[in-house]
Amino acid sequence: MTSLDSVTSHPVAQQQGTEILLHAQHLSSTRANRLLFRDLELSIPASSVLYVAGPNGSGKSTLLRMLAGLYAPSSGTVSRFATDDNETWQRQTLFIGHKPAVKQALTALDNLQLQAQLDGAQIDDPWQLLETVGLLGLEDIPAQQLSAGQQRRIALTRLWYSRARLWILDEPFTALDQAGINLLQERFAEHCANGGALVLTSHQPLTWQPQQLQTLTLGGGHE
Amino acid sequence: MWRWLHPYAKGEATYRLLGHWLPWLAISAALSLLVGIVWGLAFAPPDYQQGDSYRIIYIHVPAAIFSMGAYTGMAITALIALVWQIRTAEWAIAAIAPVGAVLTAVSLFTGAVWGKPMWGTWWEWDARLTSQLILLFLYLGVLALYYAFDDKRTGAKAAGILALVGVVNVPIIHYSVYWWNTLHQGATITKFEKPSMATSMLIPLLICLLGFALFTAAMICWRLRHEILRQELHRPWVQQELIGQEKLN
Amino acid sequence: MNNVTTWQVISTIIARDWRVAMRRRSDILNPLLFVLMVVTLFPLAVGPGPDVLGRIAAGVIWVVALLSSLLGSERLFRDDYLDGTLEQLVLLPTPLAVTALAKIIIHWLLSGLPLVILTPVCALLLKLPMDGWATLMLTLLLGTPILSALTAIGAALTVSLGRGGALLSLLLLPLFIPLIIFASAAVEGALVGAPILGQVLLLAGLMVLTLTLAPLAVAAAIRVSVN
Repeated sequence: MTSLDSVTSHPVAQQQGTEILLHAQHLSSTRANRLLFRDLELSIPASSVLYVAGPNGSGKSTLLRMLAGLYAPSSGTVSRFATDDNETWQRQTLFIGHKPAVKQALTALDNLQLQAQLDGAQIDDPWQLLETVGLLGLEDIPAQQLSAGQQRRIALTRLWYSRARLWILDEPFTALDQAGINLLQERFAEHCANGGALVLTSHQPLTWQPQQLQTLTLGGGHE
Repeated sequence: MWRWLHPYAKGEATYRLLGHWLPWLAISAALSLLVGIVWGLAFAPPDYQQGDSYRIIYIHVPAAIFSMGAYTGMAITALIALVWQIRTAEWAIAAIAPVGAVLTAVSLFTGAVWGKPMWGTWWEWDARLTSQLILLFLYLGVLALYYAFDDKRTGAKAAGILALVGVVNVPIIHYSVYWWNTLHQGATITKFEKPSMATSMLIPLLICLLGFALFTAAMICWRLRHEILRQELHRPWVQQELIGQEKLN
Repeated sequence: MNNVTTWQVISTIIARDWRVAMRRRSDILNPLLFVLMVVTLFPLAVGPGPDVLGRIAAGVIWVVALLSSLLGSERLFRDDYLDGTLEQLVLLPTPLAVTALAKIIIHWLLSGLPLVILTPVCALLLKLPMDGWATLMLTLLLGTPILSALTAIGAALTVSLGRGGALLSLLLLPLFIPLIIFASAAVEGALVGAPILGQVLLLAGLMVLTLTLAPLAVAAAIRVSVN
């Protein structure tokens, strides 16, 4: 039903000296009386990428939300940064779901600054950030007048100032153009090089080759 | 594998346990209700002031008491469900609410019927009737919320939170209504006040109370069993259970 | 570092919702217009005589206040739920109850406070004797935060349903009953010159109790709703 492949020569979890950011054991989920996955075991070491693949409705989003701490698993445990302290965990994790959490009535700049305040980040030069994600010149237009891809860029701006070590991203490439996808992958590579880790789902294959890539394939609803 | 099976065994175990209790509860409830009501309605002496009309007390008082008891029970269950995330407790909320709502409705109806000979009107803004009416609204809110959700598990959790909010409010509502009643009606003596009751009237009332308690418990057991079956419909043991019952018929 | 404080979270949520509301001012104005219009209906329905109107004025204003607080209150969390903000609020490192309190405060600023400010106009239209004005304002000032807190519970419970309206009223109106009893009794007391300190203190106590417990209930309800 599920398979976990690792492209590194050694199974990542067994490597010596690698810090494990997240470890999940015997994870199962039933949603609306339907079994999505069961007895899942996964480890996310620093500087690695977990790529969750699978058809629609196979439980990708559910798994990501579970790892982020939004859902309680039906059974099994998720241990994070080897700590039980919820606050530490939330500070170290950044989750962006497929709903981008962008306020439609507010401008890109307002969205960026208010979100940064909630994230507790100090932004010295918001214009610089807007330029990086390609929103410069659009900053004073309410988000509802921007395209889906531009709105997604507003949400993804968080990745450029976030100090969270584990990023959990549900379909981050949705609605982005090729330039946007490339930009995002560059940022992912930078994040991994700095010792961060990444969990993502996508229907597109990654064009970038991370050093440590695990691919988790969730089976379809029908076996 | 056991770890995987463990949580699902719970529903089945509870179902079987309730199945053992249910016949005993049902039989003793039927017996005590029969004895209590027949005694109360036919053999207890008439009241010197109210004549025979007081006899509705044998239905009214137990229904009113257990309507409040069921609400408290529901709130306690909701607390258990919220704190320990026990699924059986979540289903129990859904099992208790309709029983409690019906008991409240019965107490309101019998109160109104009793009010007619006593006050000459079907409805009097008496403090007890009013707070029973509000209790009924609280029950209806819990039920409406539960049935509004397609995902019954979420519905049960939401209904549980509402039940807890309600139970914090019940004493406040209760005392505010009593206070409002004295404010607006001066020194009206509520007719339900019974300073003392003759033993010959009291004994059937106590039997009726016991009967209603057992009846409430039996109804909740019965409904909870149904709720478990409905929630676990996709599990093999439920399907076997249903097939077994069909063969028996 | 990423050390967001409780105050920062409260002030940011209030600032964000304030800005969103300022972009859609009709959402604030419409419930107030509703209050004015319903208040206008009463003299037309029961006659404009000051004896009848003055007697029922406080009760009418309070009932209308309850109804108007229900209007559009399902939107308290609806937009946040739909655009994914609610998930992000759940994932904040600060306790969710703090976030809930911030939402209650902003809801009061946008719906409760304008209502208190509008009250003198309603009192005038309904010919409430002057003796009752100050008390009416005071009860509304103490009571509207309770309305906002209870409304937030209901809104959080029903946010994932997509059709809150009538259900929300069903859940909330019974919980509003003590509020309306104490508040109208206080105004009535003031009109006949009776002491009202007791009722006012009771309302204040209720406000403190509600504002303490409601954020916990809202937080629990949000967790259920994003699930």
